[in-house]
Amino acid sequence: MPKFTLRINKKTHRINIDADTPLLWVLRDELGYTGTKYGCGRGFCGACTVHVDGEATRSCMTAVDNVNGAEITTIEGLSIDNSHPIQKSWISEEVSQCGYCQPGQIMTAAALLDRNADPDDEDIDSAMKMNLCRCGTYDRIRKAIHIAAKEQK
Amino acid sequence: MSQDFSRRDFLKVSSTVGVGLVISVALPYKERLVATGIVENSFEPNVWIKISSDNKVVITLAKSEMGQHIRTSIPMIVAEELNADWSQVNVVQADTHPDKYGSQSTGGSGSIRRSYMRLRKAGATARDLLIQAASLKWEVPASECKAYMSEVIHSKSKRSLKFGELISLAGKLDTPIDPILKDEKDFTLIGKSLPGLDTVYKVNGSAKFGIDIRLPNMLYATVLKCQTFGGSLKSFNAKKANKINGVKYIFEVDGGIAVVAANTWSAIKGQRALDVEWDHGDFYSWDSKKIKNMMETKSQDKGVIAKEVGNTKNLKNNISIESNYEVPFTSHATMETMNCVAHVNKDSAELWVPTQSPQRIQSSIAEKLNFDIEKVKVNVTLMGGGFGRRLWSDFIPDAVEISKKIKKPVKLLWTREDDMKHDFYRPASLHKLKGSLSDKNELISWEHHIVSPSISGQRSPERFKNGQLDRSAVNGANNLPYDVPNILVDYVMSNTKVPVGWWRSVYNSQNAFANEVFIDELAYKAGVDALEFRMIMLNNSPRHKAVLRLAAEKAGWGKPLAKGQGMGLAVHESFGSWSAQVATVTVSKAGELSVDKIVASIDCGTVINPDGVKAQMEGSIVYGLTSTLKGEITIEKGAVAQSNFHDFELLQIDEMPKVEIHIVPSIESPSGAGEPGLPPVAPAVANAIFNANGKRVRKLPIKSKDLKV
Repeated sequence: MPKFTLRINKKTHRINIDADTPLLWVLRDELGYTGTKYGCGRGFCGACTVHVDGEATRSCMTAVDNVNGAEITTIEGLSIDNSHPIQKSWISEEVSQCGYCQPGQIMTAAALLDRNADPDDEDIDSAMKMNLCRCGTYDRIRKAIHIAAKEQK
Repeated sequence: MSQDFSRRDFLKVSSTVGVGLVISVALPYKERLVATGIVENSFEPNVWIKISSDNKVVITLAKSEMGQHIRTSIPMIVAEELNADWSQVNVVQADTHPDKYGSQSTGGSGSIRRSYMRLRKAGATARDLLIQAASLKWEVPASECKAYMSEVIHSKSKRSLKFGELISLAGKLDTPIDPILKDEKDFTLIGKSLPGLDTVYKVNGSAKFGIDIRLPNMLYATVLKCQTFGGSLKSFNAKKANKINGVKYIFEVDGGIAVVAANTWSAIKGQRALDVEWDHGDFYSWDSKKIKNMMETKSQDKGVIAKEVGNTKNLKNNISIESNYEVPFTSHATMETMNCVAHVNKDSAELWVPTQSPQRIQSSIAEKLNFDIEKVKVNVTLMGGGFGRRLWSDFIPDAVEISKKIKKPVKLLWTREDDMKHDFYRPASLHKLKGSLSDKNELISWEHHIVSPSISGQRSPERFKNGQLDRSAVNGANNLPYDVPNILVDYVMSNTKVPVGWWRSVYNSQNAFANEVFIDELAYKAGVDALEFRMIMLNNSPRHKAVLRLAAEKAGWGKPLAKGQGMGLAVHESFGSWSAQVATVTVSKAGELSVDKIVASIDCGTVINPDGVKAQMEGSIVYGLTSTLKGEITIEKGAVAQSNFHDFELLQIDEMPKVEIHIVPSIESPSGAGEPGLPPVAPAVANAIFNANGKRVRKLPIKSKDLKV
């Protein structure tokens, strides 16, 4: 089996695995980063979103051989102490209900703020629209992103 | 009030102070969740509370957390009566036990309304014992002592003792039979929007759901079942699947095929590589059209009478209108698909399941394995949504069977496709309504003829073999709140092989849609404002009136609207609570619909955590809007046609209306909050569309092509 070197949350992991294995399952099953969630396996729901070289990326649709050597950040690596502005506003606004889709929502939102420090509702909608939430936390997500943007300034 | 009080709540778990281990989840942040185990030097006045010598209070939660913040609101109730310092309160998920905690099922918006008084009493009992202990120590009357912030205080002598310092004496005292409950006006926690005890774990990936459980030597499995309902396995060829790296075993399990592998991806690839021949059975010839035709035919049958007042058949001088309404099957589509970790040993088994119904799993698996019930341990994990789906344990026996066979722990995971094809769907329904107005435009007659599959009838057909009524199927229809002198509500069962189940708000979602749109039609026919028409018929239902008035007032009912805009309202009682909603929509000439705003009110009695109620209302509205605008399950060749989120769409953030929630202040007993916000959404939106462009919506989901003027 091929060998891969993965940089995850600033740590280096070497693994042997089939080249077509989606990053999602490498993270969850092989390395124990279970914060990244399986929702649909087809890139429709966004629960599996991580950052690959700073870009919000669907880990369920990203084969491990496409991210060999790339800098990967998962929800566990966003901060060590819940101090990322998005995490802080997610806590203060009590965004989460069941919480299952939230790692993906948070990673997408954090990537949005990285490239757009002051998103308006439309920017938020277009960045977040492919992240599904069945509990219906959308209103709070929007609010929390605005708050995080303000705090980041 | 149907609080299920139980003697056992007031019996002490241990009268002496035990010493044991604290086993807590390894979490990087301030620990508020204790996994399991005995708290060191603990005082356990009842099954709900443990207080340790270091002054920590651990409250046991015997319900499932699925996003409704029950891990916070139940501890709040206990801590309120205990007068505990909230910052010292922890929560532990109960072990699954046949009767120690009463029912451990989570559903029917019932966790708080069915346990409020017993939880308060549990807290009050502990408080009483701690006060008694302090009064004995100080040799002062107990009446001079009070509990405050996890201490007992004697203000006369300015003495205080921490709860932790009182536990050994408190543990030796007799439990008071009837502890005095606090006066509601003295509440310091109940009624406050406190942050969720598990909020922080949900923003950093440390919250553990069922799918996140990992055990040493664990293997990963998928199971492929026949997608045609009632079909069975004829034969399969695993040659290709067996060649996939990581695939370890492939075998038949309960009419399906299990692929067991070293990781999830191999198990999924193995599943995809199977060559299978199914015997599709007779349901293969069924599709949505055939089901609809069958329901139409059935609608000619006389139904089982659910409610009859006066005589709807013998009216004079009236104008009648008739309308039919249709609601489709829909799926729960929890974001976390069904999964179960099972570890079956020779004479015991342990399971980790995101479930709303752990006791049923425990008893059925014990029976299946022929083990004593205490040999089957069922750990309830966090769950990625429930909405009624996780009351079913259909996937559990397969996980158990696989683990038993491979003699290793296994994680069975359903793919999204498995999950969508094998749900217990919200029953599709057909509603035929007839209403009559007098010459003074008063509603004098109401007939509601319901045709739908029965959840109970599918589970236990023998209960209905003599034409008995399924009471659940007429929920929300037989309790029409309006004063109408002649009412007839009846029900015709129309079961097929499509599995049906309890979907958020259950039959209230369909019945409220029919009721509240039809009332709107009648109001229009009578030429009376939709709010006023309802109000004059609600004189016996003050809480309906109050929620309607509140929502209408906050939404500005009757105010001028922009061109293409419309406003509609609906009110419904379910799970002991009342909700009214006013929807504002815009419909373009081409029929494009945008739901601009929903203003909702709720009366759910005493509110434990207002922000939690708001979140549940917001969630119910989004869940309800999804099924109003999308989320239709159709049948083709005896199977569900949809397979994933591309063809079973959920509401997205850019379609999200502004939502405003208003809570009616109340000191009545607490009632449901997880579901009552759902039923009014669809009729409010449908009525708003009529108000906008005169198109009457009688079928869900609402399709743009039907709204074109």
